[in-house]
Amino acid sequence: MTIPTSSVEQVIPGQGAMAQPEEVRPGKAKRRRFRFVANAKAATGLVVLGIYILFAIIGPWVAPYDPDAQSDDLVAPPSSAHWFGTTHLGQDVLSQILVGTRGVMVVGLTAGVVATVFSVLIGVTAGYLGGTWDDILSVLSNVFLVIPALPLIIIVASTINNAGSTIVALVIGLTSWAWGARVLRAQTLSLRGRDYVEAARATGEKTWRILFFEILPNLTAIIASGFVGTVIFAVTSEITLAFIGIGSISNWNWGEILFWAQSQQALAQGAWWWFVPAGLAIAFLGTALSLINFGIDEFVSPRLRSAGKTKVKTVAGRTVRMRVGFTPVLDNSAAPHTHATPVPAINPNGATPVRRKEATP
Amino acid sequence: MKEPVLEIRNLNVDYGLGDQAVHAVRDVNLTLHKGEVLGLAGESGSGKSTLAYGLTRLLAPPGVVSGGQVIYHPERGEPYDVLALSDRELRAFRWSETAIVFQGAMNSLNPVHKISTQLTDVLEAHDPKMSSHSRNARAREMLKLVGISPDRMDAYPHQLSGGMRQRVMIGMALILQPQVVIMDEPTTALDVVMQRQILAQLIELRERLGFSVIFITHDLSLLVEFSNRIAIMYGGRIVEEAPAAALYRDSLHPYSAGLLGSFPALRGPRRELAGIPGSPPDLKGMPTGCSFHPRCPKVFDPCAGNIPVLGRPDTPDGATRSVACWLHPVKEPVG
Repeated sequence: MTIPTSSVEQVIPGQGAMAQPEEVRPGKAKRRRFRFVANAKAATGLVVLGIYILFAIIGPWVAPYDPDAQSDDLVAPPSSAHWFGTTHLGQDVLSQILVGTRGVMVVGLTAGVVATVFSVLIGVTAGYLGGTWDDILSVLSNVFLVIPALPLIIIVASTINNAGSTIVALVIGLTSWAWGARVLRAQTLSLRGRDYVEAARATGEKTWRILFFEILPNLTAIIASGFVGTVIFAVTSEITLAFIGIGSISNWNWGEILFWAQSQQALAQGAWWWFVPAGLAIAFLGTALSLINFGIDEFVSPRLRSAGKTKVKTVAGRTVRMRVGFTPVLDNSAAPHTHATPVPAINPNGATPVRRKEATP
Repeated sequence: MKEPVLEIRNLNVDYGLGDQAVHAVRDVNLTLHKGEVLGLAGESGSGKSTLAYGLTRLLAPPGVVSGGQVIYHPERGEPYDVLALSDRELRAFRWSETAIVFQGAMNSLNPVHKISTQLTDVLEAHDPKMSSHSRNARAREMLKLVGISPDRMDAYPHQLSGGMRQRVMIGMALILQPQVVIMDEPTTALDVVMQRQILAQLIELRERLGFSVIFITHDLSLLVEFSNRIAIMYGGRIVEEAPAAALYRDSLHPYSAGLLGSFPALRGPRRELAGIPGSPPDLKGMPTGCSFHPRCPKVFDPCAGNIPVLGRPDTPDGATRSVACWLHPVKEPVG
């Protein structure tokens, strides 16, 4: 009962080309490049993150003042000379934020990369290999899960004299991979039993190839969200450290600003410009990273992709939303949309079928 | 002529909007009469399921109904257009007036709930005043009706066989006594013995309860056997519609002939099975004129030029059937 897959040309010579008229195809069907950036969420996130990275690089050069330089304008509100106002020592808050960006970004991204690498290595290995390896690696990640990261960082940072941002980043990265590893292990366990992985194993693919070409692409969304989550965690940890006064005083970062604002009771003084910019900088960085995370999710998992336009205009001029279960009705008239022509009762021109073969029942 | 229960008038369904839209169902006119089994057949991608989901407004985005009317005739009261109902009215309309048994219905049951919970859930939603005792009694009755022993009420879906799950789904669809039941390939996943049993039961239930069925399948042989009328779809349009026996005996449209020629007859002389060459049309780039003409063995001059209208053919039994083909002059168009 199979239908032969012969092409149309073989059946009706000369008519086959009509079966797929090329010119009817809408031009937009072409594969679009930069699809990731075309996603509005991802694009917004990337732009904001790009601004942060830009200031992390050029911050110290474009800062209008030396962040440590003191002046006579004590606790001055924002003005044309000091856009974000000044501190109790007359330091320029804008300069402090610009200079502080680098430390925050370096710590956040380094810690994120370190933690992601560890969680992928340990989680995927444990999940895929199973058995004793799984036991050992699971115990390891369980131990790291219960180590309280922040107190450990406090101890390490206060033990090492003049701990720079690299040390802080490494400590944060090395203590925060365990959660990601657990999630990845669970997902790998589920993936390794799937038919396509079994098939790859049956055809004799090497373990590394199965891991990198069959399993890892399916973990992209989890890895990406783990990375973004760790970056946010690292940034807040570093700011917390600075806020409670641990870490080097020589490096400015946003936590440092908040520390001084807190210790000088900026809130009681009504000096909102002292802490609001730093807080907003942290909030926007987190938002940008989350937006990128949403973008990655939709990019790697087409099912999450929202279907572009969801609002539809009906012929009557009302706007309806596309929802599951309530298909919008654009036009409620019974008029036909296409123009079918009635077959004339008497065929004009004596149209006899030119290619009419006998039926082959 | 029996009285109609559902009239579809020039229904158009698109996927997508504007010039990106793919017209999956175009100007479909179809009437379902009381107590009738109407078969809807066609290849994959011919718009059968889209038609069924479009008329019940169940299409997921980006599906939109771009035009048409679906007139429903309730048992009492004035007929109304389903496509013009508000959301609240539509919710009340669904299941109590038309029920639908989905493609792969076996997996539509929630694995963590007992089937009794899932059966009574419907009653609870549509008639909150009903006592839980009478709800249970109704569910038991329904199970008995579809041939499952009522002591299976507290079974979980995984404890039932595929055929039993299918029966539960059919029972669930009938529990509010709808006038119209739409079945979208409900037996595709079952073996032929079970298919036959379930269909025989369905026909028996229909005689007892008097509902009408729209039965969607690509298995034309199944339809010939037990439906009253058959509509053949191709490229989003209905190309032929006729009483089942008439369609089987002499189909007018070459596509119906092709479908009928692709499965063996049980009796009569042996004949060679012939498929339909080529593949279904790409809905994005439909051929001009009759969409079947590139594959049609009887193609001639007018086919590529204009779309033939669906109408009553000039045959002795022309009043009961309709066809859209340039080979068959049409006396009066349908719809």
